[in-house]
Amino acid sequence: MLELKNITKRFAGKLILDGVNLTVNDGQILTIVGPSGAGKTTLLRCISGLEETDSGDFFLDGQPFNPVTNRNNDTVIGVVFQDFQLFPNLTVLQNVTLAPTMVLKQSKAEAEATAQRLLKQLNLDGKADLYPYELSGGQKQRVAIVRALAMRPKLLCYDEPTSALDPDLRKEVEEIILKLKAEGMTQIVVTHDIPFAESIADQMLRVEAKS
Amino acid sequence: MNYVSQILPSLISGTGTTLSIFFWTLIISVPLGILVGLGMITNFKPLTWLIDVYVWLMRGTPLLLQLIFVFYGLPIVGIVFQRYDAALFAFILNYTAYFAEIFRGGLQAIPVGQYESARVLRLTNWQTLRKIVIPQVVKIVLPSIGNEVINLIKDSSLVYVIGLGDLLRAGNVAMARDVTLVPMVLVAVIYLLLTAVCTVVLKRLEKHYSAWR
Repeated sequence: MLELKNITKRFAGKLILDGVNLTVNDGQILTIVGPSGAGKTTLLRCISGLEETDSGDFFLDGQPFNPVTNRNNDTVIGVVFQDFQLFPNLTVLQNVTLAPTMVLKQSKAEAEATAQRLLKQLNLDGKADLYPYELSGGQKQRVAIVRALAMRPKLLCYDEPTSALDPDLRKEVEEIILKLKAEGMTQIVVTHDIPFAESIADQMLRVEAKS
Repeated sequence: MNYVSQILPSLISGTGTTLSIFFWTLIISVPLGILVGLGMITNFKPLTWLIDVYVWLMRGTPLLLQLIFVFYGLPIVGIVFQRYDAALFAFILNYTAYFAEIFRGGLQAIPVGQYESARVLRLTNWQTLRKIVIPQVVKIVLPSIGNEVINLIKDSSLVYVIGLGDLLRAGNVAMARDVTLVPMVLVAVIYLLLTAVCTVVLKRLEKHYSAWR
């Protein structure tokens, strides 16, 4: 369970997040919706430790934790970026196994076995030796999901998972997210696509643009 | 033909000096260039300022002058180099500055998202640099580095000014002694061969890096 209490964030004096409170229960999906510029992505960046908060507390299973400095313990949060940010110089398999071998110190064989299993699970079998430029947008996104999952996160975050894809792929993303939910993954999805958010959410958080 | 085989040994010996300056400069200035290039993109102002002055000096004055300065000038303040060491020192200083600028450009071309995605995967800065950033930077800078590599072969002829016997000097000596242009033609052919080899190697490297985009 992840809890945020009174999270505040300013950029150059401008208040972006004003005392955000939220709770995500294990195995549930929280969607964060709101107009552009309302701070959805900023909130996600704070949760994933890419941005320092100005005040407020994070709790994981009741224990306080700091996403920015939490670098040496277990992987808490996995992130699927809006533009995926796969590593173009590595093959799909290398993209997925890089962090497990270098950070979790898994053996190459172990990491590759896990990677192949996850790739198969997300319909990417046969793609392991391709480079990212050889994949379609939807495939790149699924590789990004597999890459995050291979680090065994407690929670998986998505930034606008539908915006870089063709509209007809929305259903596919929805299915993947629900499939991972069925396996017990806790997920946070930032999106401006309300119907999409409604179809997957256990809980919705609306953030409003500050004037 | 007889004349050619007569002067060839001295030209080949000169080529040895040329190649030795070329290799050592390249092997030392490329890694140094990466380090200095990294220094240029840090937020530590005194460091970037220092590097800016260094690059300005190295790119803003002729390499010939730098060679003269290192070999004839530095002894005045008590720093004495052997001829060859002086040449190498000047070349490394000069080429590191050019390489640093090239690598800075390459480093700045890598999207912030690549660093962030490495960060959420909990890779260390060093791992990120080694596995993700540097391979991408190398691909970007390869054509510009190639230009400098070809330049370096020819620039190495400047060492004549401090009395080192390189390829061009060997040709020059033979030309003055025998009053014929033949040695210079041979020197040109050897330079062309050397740059041709470099061009082929660089093409191979670019091909290797074209596996991904």
